[in-house]
Amino acid sequence: MVRRIALFLTPCLLLLGSCQKESQVDRATREGILLVGNSNEPKGLDPHIVSGVLESNILRALFEGLITSDPQSDTATPGGAALEMTPDPSASVWTARLRPGGKWSDGEPVTARDFAFSYERMLTPELGAKYSEMLYFLKGAEAFNKGVTRDFSTVGVEVIDDLTLRLTLRGPTPYFREIVKHYTWTAVPQHVVLKHGRIGQRGNPWTRPENLVGNGPYRLKSWRRTSHIEVERNPHYWDAANVVLNGVRFLPVTNLYTEARMFRDGQLHVTYGATPEVVDLMKKEDPSALRQEPYVGTFFYRCNTLRKPLTDARVRQALSFAIDRKAICDNVFRGYTPAYAMTPPMGDYHPPQLAGHDPDKARRLLSEAGFPGGKGFPRLKILIASRETAATLAQAVQAMWRDTLGVEVEIENKEWNAYLVAMQELDYDIAAAGWIGDYLDPLTFLEMWTPGNGNNNTGWSSEPFVSLLQQSFQETDGKRRFELLQQAETLLVEEAPVLLVAWQARNYLLHSSVQGWNPLLLANNPYQSIKLAPRR
Amino acid sequence: MISLIFSRLAQGIVTLFVLVTLTFFLVRAMPGSPYVEEKAIPAHALQRMKEYTGMDQALPVQYFRYLKNLVVHQDLGDLIKKDGVKVSEIIAESFPVSLALGVLSIGIALIIGLPAGIIAAVRKNTVVDYSCLAAAMAGICLPSFVIGPLLAVSAGLGLKSLNVAGWSSPADWVLPAFTLGLINAAYLARLARGGMLDVLSQDYIRTARAKGVSESRIVIRHALRGGLIPAVAFIGPAFAGMISGSFVIETIFQVPGMGQHFVNAATDREFFLIQGLVLFYGFLIVAANLLADLAQIALNPRLRSHS
Repeated sequence: MVRRIALFLTPCLLLLGSCQKESQVDRATREGILLVGNSNEPKGLDPHIVSGVLESNILRALFEGLITSDPQSDTATPGGAALEMTPDPSASVWTARLRPGGKWSDGEPVTARDFAFSYERMLTPELGAKYSEMLYFLKGAEAFNKGVTRDFSTVGVEVIDDLTLRLTLRGPTPYFREIVKHYTWTAVPQHVVLKHGRIGQRGNPWTRPENLVGNGPYRLKSWRRTSHIEVERNPHYWDAANVVLNGVRFLPVTNLYTEARMFRDGQLHVTYGATPEVVDLMKKEDPSALRQEPYVGTFFYRCNTLRKPLTDARVRQALSFAIDRKAICDNVFRGYTPAYAMTPPMGDYHPPQLAGHDPDKARRLLSEAGFPGGKGFPRLKILIASRETAATLAQAVQAMWRDTLGVEVEIENKEWNAYLVAMQELDYDIAAAGWIGDYLDPLTFLEMWTPGNGNNNTGWSSEPFVSLLQQSFQETDGKRRFELLQQAETLLVEEAPVLLVAWQARNYLLHSSVQGWNPLLLANNPYQSIKLAPRR
Repeated sequence: MISLIFSRLAQGIVTLFVLVTLTFFLVRAMPGSPYVEEKAIPAHALQRMKEYTGMDQALPVQYFRYLKNLVVHQDLGDLIKKDGVKVSEIIAESFPVSLALGVLSIGIALIIGLPAGIIAAVRKNTVVDYSCLAAAMAGICLPSFVIGPLLAVSAGLGLKSLNVAGWSSPADWVLPAFTLGLINAAYLARLARGGMLDVLSQDYIRTARAKGVSESRIVIRHALRGGLIPAVAFIGPAFAGMISGSFVIETIFQVPGMGQHFVNAATDREFFLIQGLVLFYGFLIVAANLLADLAQIALNPRLRSHS
């Protein structure tokens, strides 16, 4: 009997033992599949409907724009679905030559009509695409999207032939190649979208796993909600021969601590983020796995410029000069750098060095505004959402204002949704906020401060600021354009409707087997060029 | 017996109706809105999005439309933020996971909790009793967000065969099921001990002892049935709670169950999802209570004669 049991158990134990040797990461490395922590379940996979970073991480595998991102350089603009995009001398009319032989993942050819259809769909008012503003670079796009006209021929999109697309823009846009990298500019397959619904129909089932067709290096393999999304090689991709990675599995791990445990247990190649505690732990345990890279994001405080005493620019400036940004970056954040302007340095754009820590100047400004030593200053509230390091940061700023200016502020902690409502309805004094750039151009950090922009939320408006931006829209010379934007930014920082604190960094963990994952400002690493090499 | 079932069913339907109505209006009374995002949504797009989900209509219109869809078409509605995804899909995908986890953990809770409680009662005021009680107290006091990560770090990172999180192989079920099971085992142990002590002090047990019945026979044959009644009453609702998922456990162990949707639906203001989940949970509770009642009748002859 004992022998029989032993005979049965031995192979079972051997099997169990062999399973134990290989972690999920090791197996995935062997199979050429990248395991990615992706923070949450995507809201969808329709590039015209979604608007988040985590969705863009998946869309990047499934769809390819006219221009795509380079694995090594932030500013390079290699051709994707298009061989090239050429501007006219004014940089306001662009011609895209599509790649001959480009195919959708169902084998149908990718044509200029697909792109024209896509832009029409995104701008069709019935679809209610919340990110349609990204297409307002096109002439007539805004009017069409807002229903002023129903005639799409008024929009600057023209199909010359199957492989030639001409885009007429609202003005000179020398950085247009940078814009079309964004997923809102990718094409959706006309024949598939129309097979499952009308052009302006919301909830069109074409993105359901069994229907989805894209033109990216990968196609959807499986999607189990709140468990994983997996993509596999797209055999119809034009550059399929040079795609190294066999697939990517995206795991919607919401909790960053769980994510860190999974990484340490060999379940993830790359994490979505790393909390300050995890950063400190990894510095001790496994510093080579910790990545801290600059990111095009800014952390700041909005001032409600319609509420006294924040109506006075001197008060806002005083608050700004009293913030010791370096102390905050050293002690609260990990890897962030002190922000001296709204736009983080990117490419050839160097933001003006203005915001800084100057306690004497802060005190002088506050006293000029009628509050010497903080006397008579009303008790303002800092609105924060109970997320991550917001509370620690607010306490640090609260102490700095108390010590430097003699000003007492309260911290008001709201649940995320209620916080967003309060901010967008201007129901706050001072509110913590962040902004991530959509594309690599300072405009993505500056245009939001024009009056009436849905993301301004400060009540601040400045004629000279708007006029400088308007001039930049008409400027064809790239260098001169940056000068205009620098002037506008100078105005913004000096008027201080926002108190700038830090430029964000991306802290995350990367497994040693991943090769070719380079630091990119927009964190849009193309998966197809990543290699997985087993550890020795 | 039959009339009891019918009256409980009728009560259940009324309960569910009240639940649906209350939830509908309460979620809409919450501050905030499903259409608020970090980046402002342009007004014209917002209007279209509201039209698509019917949220542009007056509240009573929305309510009656919801009731009609629910009763006539058995339709729980669509998600607001995820185009074309049905609430019923979310429940159908996540409930089996929660059910599996719940059944496992209730099994663990029963296997650990009941014997611990019974032994503690039989060995009253001994070291065995005190240690069972202390362990149970610790289990009740330590929240799952403490036990979970502790187990994950110690067992998950320590043992190669266990993953710290995920739900891809049966090995992944161990840690979440244990975490959830241990907490309920603690409650069960205390209830079983209390119930057993109560029964063991009764006259008929003393009579049995006087007749010379062996101690093990007294416990198993005479005391167990009556002594477990409080524990059985707890198991019904606890089971409904466990199979509908636990937000904390699912977040810690990355389990694709139903519990996370309860919390995320509220923070995301996914109105139809909250309503669907609450209705489904209410249904489970009503059903579990009915079953618990029937189980109690089976255990307790006195209840049988009353009904």
